[in-house]
Amino acid sequence: MKIMVALKRVIDYAVKIRVKPDKSGVETSNVKMSMNPFCEIALEEALRIKESGLASEVIAVSMGPAQCVDTLRTGLAMGADRAIHVDTSSTLYPLSVAKLLKALVDTEKPGLLILGKQAIDDDCNQTGQMLAGLLNWPQGTFASKVVLDKEKQVATVDREVDGGLETLCLDLPAVITTDLRLNQPRYATLPNIMKAKSKVIKKVTPAELKVEIKSDMEIVEVTEPPKRKAGVIVSSVDELIDKLKNEAHVI
Amino acid sequence: ISTLILAEHEDGAIKPSSLSAVAAAGALSEGNSISILLAGAGPSLEEAASHAASIHPLISQVLVANTDKLRYPLAEPWAELVHLVQQKGGYSHIIAASSSFGKNILPRAAALLDKSPITDVTDISGPQLFVRPIYAGNALCTVRYTGGDPCMLTIRSTSFPVPSVSDDSKSNAATISQVDLSTFNEDAVGKSRYVKLTSQDTERPDLGNARIVVTGGRALKSAENFKLIEKLAEKLGAAVGATRAAVDSGFVPNELQVGQTGKIVAPDLYMAFGVSGAIQHLAGIRDSKVIVAVNKDADAPIFQVADYGLVADLFEVLPELLEKLPEKK
Repeated sequence: MKIMVALKRVIDYAVKIRVKPDKSGVETSNVKMSMNPFCEIALEEALRIKESGLASEVIAVSMGPAQCVDTLRTGLAMGADRAIHVDTSSTLYPLSVAKLLKALVDTEKPGLLILGKQAIDDDCNQTGQMLAGLLNWPQGTFASKVVLDKEKQVATVDREVDGGLETLCLDLPAVITTDLRLNQPRYATLPNIMKAKSKVIKKVTPAELKVEIKSDMEIVEVTEPPKRKAGVIVSSVDELIDKLKNEAHVI
Repeated sequence: ISTLILAEHEDGAIKPSSLSAVAAAGALSEGNSISILLAGAGPSLEEAASHAASIHPLISQVLVANTDKLRYPLAEPWAELVHLVQQKGGYSHIIAASSSFGKNILPRAAALLDKSPITDVTDISGPQLFVRPIYAGNALCTVRYTGGDPCMLTIRSTSFPVPSVSDDSKSNAATISQVDLSTFNEDAVGKSRYVKLTSQDTERPDLGNARIVVTGGRALKSAENFKLIEKLAEKLGAAVGATRAAVDSGFVPNELQVGQTGKIVAPDLYMAFGVSGAIQHLAGIRDSKVIVAVNKDADAPIFQVADYGLVADLFEVLPELLEKLPEKK
């Protein structure tokens, strides 16, 4: 069984982002870019499944401009077997990404798709669900535990939901999206970084995949959120209680 | 304009977050005709339907899908249901709250309808114009939806408070009708099966709707010490929250996590103990009315957003607060 994993290139999670003065978006030039943390977790899970003997190959996919190849190299250095770069300069919304991934699924025929539950740039949290819908596959979103049963061809998934942990049993093939507590992603070691340089990254275009990139959305403006006023530092518990009672009137 | 709300119900009543979706629908335009879609099986569903029919004057219709296939809120049958109901109803908008239910189901349904949904809407400026946070709330993005009907949204329930409705207007009950499921597409149904839900039943108020939230961070050091937070919450009639670090360390279960990927809260009073204030955590609390931070480290970023800060050892502050705070009324 092959596992396909999607990797998004985003502004590094530790970078404090800056909104562009013309309100057209967020500054991305000369900013450190990294693999979306949820995608790292997705790749890690795929690698662990392969290492436990339940999968034969892990394929990493990324979409966007040429720099996505860097993200794919990182994925290959972590242990993915090969990679596919969908080369496009168009703005990709989750629906287009899901259609492109579906086209790749149709040719690669993986038995399992693992995606991050959301990207930390647009915070959309949509692609996995949309892909599962397009494929008519079952979905296990926000997964914190995945157990595969090769014989029965099912995945048992623990999901982080509002009320606690929900357990689902999914027939394979299926789509799983990862939550934070699924695993701790590994670091790429130097020998593996070297080895990754000789691994194959195949380039395809949306046109070759016969997917038309359309957009139902227009960004009107991107602004900074209103700042909270700096508060006061109180010196004792008594003063705190007094402020909460008599100034803020919240207790 | 007509709106379909994908609603959740529990113990025979509509969940408060789904009522926030009704409030959001009301903000789309005047005279919006609002239908509530409820699914499940058994008598509690019918109870929830009557509850929905009389809870809010804006609701004109309640659609009920009563079938064993929808006993649990699984994405596969729900997405098919939304597809079916949209084919018949031709709604201009479909809205769900940004709960784990809405986030799981609405994008899948949108894919079946070939539409791009909009996640986590916090403000509605017009029928096609929405504001949503990006980058963990460090930027706000105004988007215009330019696609065809339906325009599909998930909304942050903390941004759309439900106005209290007087008893007089409640009597104006909406019609309740059963969804005709004879053409229900079952291709993807049955490929996913509900096994169980593991949850901690507590008497405490729900984190998403509580008036006061008391949160503990990594500095609590252990599950045992975290009980101090729980005691304080009990005294204040508050909900308990936690940072990712506290959840990852196993002090409390995952459903208490507040932040970008956890719960978004906006209580009247948010009290953070031993919370450093990572941007991902601040993303989940920035709409709180009053923020209190107690931390030993005077340089902790939480103090930059706190209305009242106290630089002190939480193990001294918590017992003192427990002793000196008045009992909840």
